[in-house]
Amino acid sequence: MARVVVDVMPKPEILDPQGKAVQGALPRLGFEGVTEVRQGKRFELELEGEATQERLAQVHEMAATLLSNPVIEDYDVRVLSSEIGSPAS
Amino acid sequence: MKIGVVTFPGSLDDVDAQRAVRLAGAEPVAVWHRDHDLKGIDAVVLPGGFSYGDYLRCGAIARFAPVMTELTDAAKGGMPVLGICNGFQILCESHLLPGALIRNDHRRFGCLDQALRIENVSTVWTSAYDEGQEITIVLKNGEGSYVADQHTLDLLEGEGRVVARYVGNPNGSQRAIAGVTNEAGNVVGLMPHPEHAVEDLTGPGTDGLGFFTSAITALQNA
Repeated sequence: MARVVVDVMPKPEILDPQGKAVQGALPRLGFEGVTEVRQGKRFELELEGEATQERLAQVHEMAATLLSNPVIEDYDVRVLSSEIGSPAS
Repeated sequence: MKIGVVTFPGSLDDVDAQRAVRLAGAEPVAVWHRDHDLKGIDAVVLPGGFSYGDYLRCGAIARFAPVMTELTDAAKGGMPVLGICNGFQILCESHLLPGALIRNDHRRFGCLDQALRIENVSTVWTSAYDEGQEITIVLKNGEGSYVADQHTLDLLEGEGRVVARYVGNPNGSQRAIAGVTNEAGNVVGLMPHPEHAVEDLTGPGTDGLGFFTSAITALQNA
Protein backbone atom coordinates (compact mmCIF):
# COMPACT_ATOMS: atom_id res chain seq x y z
CA MET A 1 0.00 0.00 0.00
CA ALA A 2 1.32 3.43 -0.87
CA ARG A 3 0.35 6.78 0.48
CA VAL A 4 0.44 9.60 -2.03
CA VAL A 5 0.02 13.26 -1.19
CA VAL A 6 -1.48 15.82 -3.54
CA ASP A 7 -0.92 19.42 -2.49
CA VAL A 8 -3.18 21.96 -4.12
CA MET A 9 -2.38 25.67 -3.89
CA PRO A 10 -4.01 28.76 -5.38
CA LYS A 11 -1.90 30.06 -8.26
CA PRO A 12 0.43 32.90 -7.21
CA GLU A 13 -1.48 35.48 -9.24
CA ILE A 14 -4.86 34.48 -7.76
CA LEU A 15 -6.05 36.43 -4.74
CA ASP A 16 -6.32 34.19 -1.68
CA PRO A 17 -8.81 35.81 0.70
CA GLN A 18 -8.61 32.89 3.15
CA GLY A 19 -4.86 33.23 3.43
CA LYS A 20 -5.27 36.97 3.91
CA ALA A 21 -7.76 36.37 6.72
CA VAL A 22 -5.33 34.03 8.46
CA GLN A 23 -2.49 36.51 8.00
CA GLY A 24 -4.67 39.25 9.46
CA ALA A 25 -5.37 37.13 12.54
CA LEU A 26 -1.72 36.39 13.35
CA PRO A 27 -0.71 39.85 14.66
CA ARG A 28 -3.81 39.93 16.81
CA LEU A 29 -2.47 36.80 18.52
CA GLY A 30 0.94 38.36 18.96
CA PHE A 31 2.66 36.61 16.04
CA GLU A 32 4.61 39.23 14.15
CA GLY A 33 6.68 39.21 10.98
CA VAL A 34 4.55 37.03 8.70
CA THR A 35 4.36 38.90 5.40
CA GLU A 36 2.13 36.49 3.52
CA VAL A 37 -0.07 33.44 4.10
CA ARG A 38 -1.36 31.29 1.26
CA GLN A 39 -3.88 28.60 2.10
CA GLY A 40 -4.15 25.40 0.10
CA LYS A 41 -5.40 21.85 0.42
CA ARG A 42 -3.61 18.59 1.08
CA PHE A 43 -5.07 15.29 -0.09
CA GLU A 44 -3.70 11.98 1.17
CA LEU A 45 -4.52 9.06 -1.08
CA GLU A 46 -4.02 5.44 -0.04
CA LEU A 47 -3.32 3.32 -3.09
CA GLU A 48 -3.67 -0.42 -3.45
CA GLY A 49 -0.32 -1.92 -4.23
CA GLU A 50 2.74 0.13 -4.88
CA ALA A 51 3.00 3.57 -6.41
CA THR A 52 3.99 2.57 -9.91
CA GLN A 53 4.50 5.11 -12.65
CA GLU A 54 1.14 4.05 -14.06
CA ARG A 55 -0.67 4.60 -10.76
CA LEU A 56 1.04 7.95 -10.29
CA ALA A 57 -0.02 8.97 -13.77
CA GLN A 58 -3.59 8.24 -12.65
CA VAL A 59 -3.09 10.35 -9.53
CA HIS A 60 -1.91 13.21 -11.73
CA GLU A 61 -5.07 12.81 -13.78
CA MET A 62 -7.22 12.85 -10.62
CA ALA A 63 -5.40 15.96 -9.46
CA ALA A 64 -5.94 17.75 -12.75
CA THR A 65 -9.60 16.80 -13.21
CA LEU A 66 -11.10 16.78 -9.72
CA LEU A 67 -8.73 17.64 -6.88
CA SER A 68 -7.67 20.94 -8.41
CA ASN A 69 -9.10 23.47 -10.84
CA PRO A 70 -6.23 24.29 -13.22
CA VAL A 71 -7.74 27.73 -13.87
CA ILE A 72 -7.01 28.89 -10.34
CA GLU A 73 -4.85 26.24 -8.69
CA ASP A 74 -1.55 24.37 -9.10
CA TYR A 75 -0.97 20.88 -7.74
CA ASP A 76 1.99 18.78 -6.72
CA VAL A 77 2.04 14.97 -6.37
CA ARG A 78 4.51 13.09 -4.16
CA VAL A 79 4.74 9.62 -2.67
CA LEU A 80 4.77 9.76 1.14
CA SER A 81 5.36 6.09 1.84
CA SER A 82 5.30 2.84 0.01
CA GLU A 83 5.31 -0.66 1.55
CA ILE A 84 8.18 -1.81 -0.55
CA GLY A 85 9.99 1.43 0.02
CA SER A 86 9.99 2.69 -3.53
CA PRO A 87 11.73 6.04 -3.81
CA ALA A 88 9.62 9.16 -3.54
CA SER A 89 9.07 10.88 -6.85
CA MET B 1 -41.97 25.31 -24.43
CA LYS B 2 -40.24 23.33 -21.69
CA ILE B 3 -37.40 24.76 -19.64
CA GLY B 4 -35.73 22.33 -17.26
CA VAL B 5 -34.35 23.27 -13.86
CA VAL B 6 -31.76 20.87 -12.44
CA THR B 7 -31.90 20.08 -8.74
CA PHE B 8 -28.65 18.88 -7.16
CA PRO B 9 -28.40 17.91 -3.50
CA GLY B 10 -27.95 21.32 -1.92
CA SER B 11 -29.61 23.39 -4.65
CA LEU B 12 -31.62 26.20 -3.07
CA ASP B 13 -33.06 28.33 -5.83
CA ASP B 14 -34.47 25.62 -8.05
CA VAL B 15 -38.08 26.34 -7.09
CA ASP B 16 -37.63 30.08 -7.60
CA ALA B 17 -36.11 29.34 -11.01
CA GLN B 18 -39.10 27.15 -11.88
CA ARG B 19 -41.42 29.95 -10.82
CA ALA B 20 -39.53 32.46 -12.97
CA VAL B 21 -39.82 30.12 -15.95
CA ARG B 22 -43.58 29.87 -15.36
CA LEU B 23 -44.04 33.63 -14.97
CA ALA B 24 -42.09 34.15 -18.19
CA GLY B 25 -44.52 31.90 -20.02
CA ALA B 26 -42.85 28.51 -20.34
CA GLU B 27 -43.42 25.18 -18.65
CA PRO B 28 -40.82 24.42 -15.95
CA VAL B 29 -39.61 20.82 -15.80
CA ALA B 30 -37.84 19.50 -12.71
CA VAL B 31 -34.68 17.58 -13.61
CA TRP B 32 -32.96 15.50 -10.93
CA HIS B 33 -29.15 15.36 -10.75
CA ARG B 34 -29.23 11.58 -11.15
CA ASP B 35 -31.32 11.70 -14.32
CA HIS B 36 -29.71 10.53 -17.50
CA ASP B 37 -32.63 11.90 -19.45
CA LEU B 38 -33.34 15.54 -20.20
CA LYS B 39 -37.09 14.82 -20.52
CA GLY B 40 -37.59 16.61 -23.81
CA ILE B 41 -36.68 20.04 -22.46
CA ASP B 42 -35.84 22.88 -24.85
CA ALA B 43 -33.56 24.78 -22.49
CA VAL B 44 -32.16 24.32 -19.00
CA VAL B 45 -31.34 26.38 -15.92
CA LEU B 46 -28.68 25.38 -13.37
CA PRO B 47 -29.88 27.13 -10.23
CA GLY B 48 -28.14 28.67 -7.26
CA GLY B 49 -27.35 26.99 -3.98
CA PHE B 50 -24.58 24.86 -2.54
CA SER B 51 -24.56 21.71 -4.65
CA TYR B 52 -23.01 18.77 -2.79
CA GLY B 53 -22.30 21.16 0.06
CA ASP B 54 -19.80 23.03 -2.12
CA TYR B 55 -17.28 20.45 -0.91
CA LEU B 56 -13.87 20.61 -2.56
CA ARG B 57 -14.75 23.70 -4.64
CA CYS B 58 -18.08 25.25 -5.59
CA GLY B 59 -19.49 23.20 -8.46
CA ALA B 60 -16.57 20.73 -8.51
CA ILE B 61 -18.63 17.68 -7.55
CA ALA B 62 -21.81 18.75 -9.37
CA ARG B 63 -19.82 18.86 -12.56
CA PHE B 64 -19.59 15.06 -12.45
CA ALA B 65 -23.29 14.47 -11.62
CA PRO B 66 -24.96 11.95 -13.95
CA VAL B 67 -27.19 14.62 -15.53
CA MET B 68 -24.17 16.68 -16.54
CA THR B 69 -23.13 14.13 -19.18
CA GLU B 70 -26.28 14.68 -21.22
CA LEU B 71 -26.41 18.35 -20.35
CA THR B 72 -22.86 19.00 -21.54
CA ASP B 73 -23.56 17.28 -24.85
CA ALA B 74 -26.81 19.24 -25.23
CA ALA B 75 -25.03 22.52 -24.43
CA LYS B 76 -22.38 21.80 -27.04
CA GLY B 77 -25.19 21.01 -29.46
CA GLY B 78 -26.72 24.44 -28.94
CA MET B 79 -29.29 23.97 -26.18
CA PRO B 80 -29.75 27.19 -24.20
CA VAL B 81 -28.19 26.81 -20.75
CA LEU B 82 -28.32 29.44 -18.02
CA GLY B 83 -26.19 28.92 -14.90
CA ILE B 84 -27.04 31.19 -12.02
CA CYS B 85 -24.63 31.62 -9.08
CA ASN B 86 -23.77 28.02 -8.14
CA GLY B 87 -24.93 27.13 -11.67
CA PHE B 88 -22.34 29.55 -13.06
CA GLN B 89 -19.70 27.90 -10.87
CA ILE B 90 -20.74 24.47 -12.20
CA LEU B 91 -20.49 25.70 -15.82
CA CYS B 92 -16.98 27.01 -15.16
CA GLU B 93 -15.91 23.77 -13.48
CA SER B 94 -17.38 21.90 -16.48
CA HIS B 95 -15.29 24.06 -18.82
CA LEU B 96 -18.45 25.06 -20.67
CA LEU B 97 -17.49 28.61 -19.70
CA PRO B 98 -14.01 30.05 -19.14
CA GLY B 99 -12.66 31.30 -15.84
CA ALA B 100 -13.56 30.46 -12.26
CA LEU B 101 -15.27 31.98 -9.24
CA ILE B 102 -13.35 32.42 -6.02
CA ARG B 103 -14.11 33.84 -2.59
CA ASN B 104 -15.22 37.48 -2.51
CA ASP B 105 -12.28 39.82 -1.96
CA HIS B 106 -13.95 41.29 1.13
CA ARG B 107 -14.33 37.73 2.52
CA ARG B 108 -17.96 38.19 3.50
CA PHE B 109 -21.13 36.69 2.13
CA GLY B 110 -22.89 39.48 0.26
CA CYS B 111 -26.67 39.75 -0.10
CA LEU B 112 -27.93 42.88 -1.81
CA ASP B 113 -29.87 44.40 -4.66
CA GLN B 114 -27.19 44.90 -7.30
CA ALA B 115 -27.15 47.07 -10.41
CA LEU B 116 -25.75 45.46 -13.57
CA ARG B 117 -25.14 46.71 -17.06
CA ILE B 118 -26.17 44.31 -19.81
CA GLU B 119 -23.38 44.41 -22.39
CA ASN B 120 -24.23 41.60 -24.78
CA VAL B 121 -27.82 41.37 -25.99
CA SER B 122 -27.15 38.81 -28.70
CA THR B 123 -27.11 35.77 -26.41
CA VAL B 124 -30.09 33.46 -26.16
CA TRP B 125 -30.68 34.68 -22.59
CA THR B 126 -30.33 38.46 -23.00
CA SER B 127 -32.11 39.46 -26.23
CA ALA B 128 -34.98 41.07 -24.30
CA TYR B 129 -32.65 43.77 -22.98
CA ASP B 130 -31.16 46.82 -24.65
CA GLU B 131 -27.40 47.08 -24.94
CA GLY B 132 -26.07 49.08 -22.02
CA GLN B 133 -29.32 48.75 -20.12
CA GLU B 134 -28.94 48.89 -16.36
CA ILE B 135 -30.98 46.43 -14.36
CA THR B 136 -31.20 45.66 -10.66
CA ILE B 137 -31.38 42.08 -9.47
CA VAL B 138 -30.30 40.19 -6.37
CA LEU B 139 -26.68 39.27 -5.69
CA LYS B 140 -26.07 36.75 -2.91
CA ASN B 141 -22.90 34.70 -2.62
CA GLY B 142 -19.69 34.13 -0.72
CA GLU B 143 -17.66 33.01 -3.72
CA GLY B 144 -18.65 35.25 -6.57
CA SER B 145 -15.40 36.85 -7.55
CA TYR B 146 -14.82 36.11 -11.24
CA VAL B 147 -11.24 35.35 -12.22
CA ALA B 148 -9.50 34.29 -15.43
CA ASP B 149 -6.05 34.89 -16.85
CA GLN B 150 -5.41 38.15 -18.68
CA HIS B 151 -5.39 36.46 -22.08
CA THR B 152 -8.83 34.92 -21.45
CA LEU B 153 -10.20 38.22 -20.15
CA ASP B 154 -8.93 40.04 -23.25
CA LEU B 155 -10.44 37.35 -25.44
CA LEU B 156 -13.81 37.63 -23.70
CA GLU B 157 -13.80 41.41 -24.01
CA GLY B 158 -12.67 41.26 -27.64
CA GLU B 159 -15.38 38.82 -28.61
CA GLY B 160 -18.08 40.65 -26.68
CA ARG B 161 -18.60 37.68 -24.40
CA VAL B 162 -18.97 39.70 -21.22
CA VAL B 163 -22.74 39.46 -20.87
CA ALA B 164 -23.17 41.65 -17.82
CA ARG B 165 -20.92 43.84 -15.70
CA TYR B 166 -21.47 45.07 -12.18
CA VAL B 167 -22.10 48.78 -11.70
CA GLY B 168 -19.43 49.18 -9.04
CA ASN B 169 -17.66 45.98 -8.05
CA PRO B 170 -19.23 44.19 -5.10
CA ASN B 171 -16.89 41.19 -4.84
CA GLY B 172 -13.56 41.89 -6.52
CA SER B 173 -14.48 40.28 -9.84
CA GLN B 174 -11.88 40.94 -12.51
CA ARG B 175 -13.05 43.75 -14.77
CA ALA B 176 -16.30 43.77 -12.74
CA ILE B 177 -17.58 40.80 -14.73
CA ALA B 178 -20.94 39.50 -13.53
CA GLY B 179 -21.70 37.12 -16.38
CA VAL B 180 -20.11 35.60 -19.48
CA THR B 181 -21.20 33.51 -22.44
CA ASN B 182 -19.66 30.81 -24.62
CA GLU B 183 -18.68 31.41 -28.22
CA ALA B 184 -22.07 30.31 -29.55
CA GLY B 185 -24.02 32.49 -27.12
CA ASN B 186 -26.29 29.65 -25.94
CA VAL B 187 -24.53 29.06 -22.60
CA VAL B 188 -24.62 31.96 -20.16
CA GLY B 189 -23.30 32.07 -16.59
CA LEU B 190 -24.42 34.83 -14.27
CA MET B 191 -23.48 35.37 -10.65
CA PRO B 192 -26.50 37.50 -9.64
CA HIS B 193 -29.98 36.01 -9.51
CA PRO B 194 -32.52 37.07 -12.15
CA GLU B 195 -34.99 34.48 -10.81
CA HIS B 196 -35.29 36.50 -7.59
CA ALA B 197 -36.35 39.60 -9.52
CA VAL B 198 -39.45 38.52 -11.39
CA GLU B 199 -42.21 39.87 -9.14
CA ASP B 200 -42.62 43.22 -7.42
CA LEU B 201 -43.88 41.57 -4.26
CA THR B 202 -40.82 39.48 -3.50
CA GLY B 203 -37.81 41.16 -5.10
CA PRO B 204 -36.26 44.42 -6.18
CA GLY B 205 -38.55 44.53 -9.23
CA THR B 206 -39.02 42.49 -12.37
CA ASP B 207 -35.73 43.23 -14.14
CA GLY B 208 -34.74 39.57 -14.05
CA LEU B 209 -37.66 38.30 -16.09
CA GLY B 210 -35.96 39.26 -19.35
CA PHE B 211 -33.45 36.41 -19.10
CA PHE B 212 -36.28 33.89 -19.21
CA THR B 213 -38.41 35.65 -21.84
CA SER B 214 -35.29 36.00 -24.01
CA ALA B 215 -34.83 32.23 -24.06
CA ILE B 216 -38.50 31.65 -24.85
CA THR B 217 -38.31 34.12 -27.74
CA ALA B 218 -35.15 32.44 -29.05
CA LEU B 219 -36.77 29.01 -28.88
CA GLN B 220 -39.92 30.23 -30.62
CA ASN B 221 -37.84 31.66 -33.45
CA ALA B 222 -35.64 28.58 -33.72
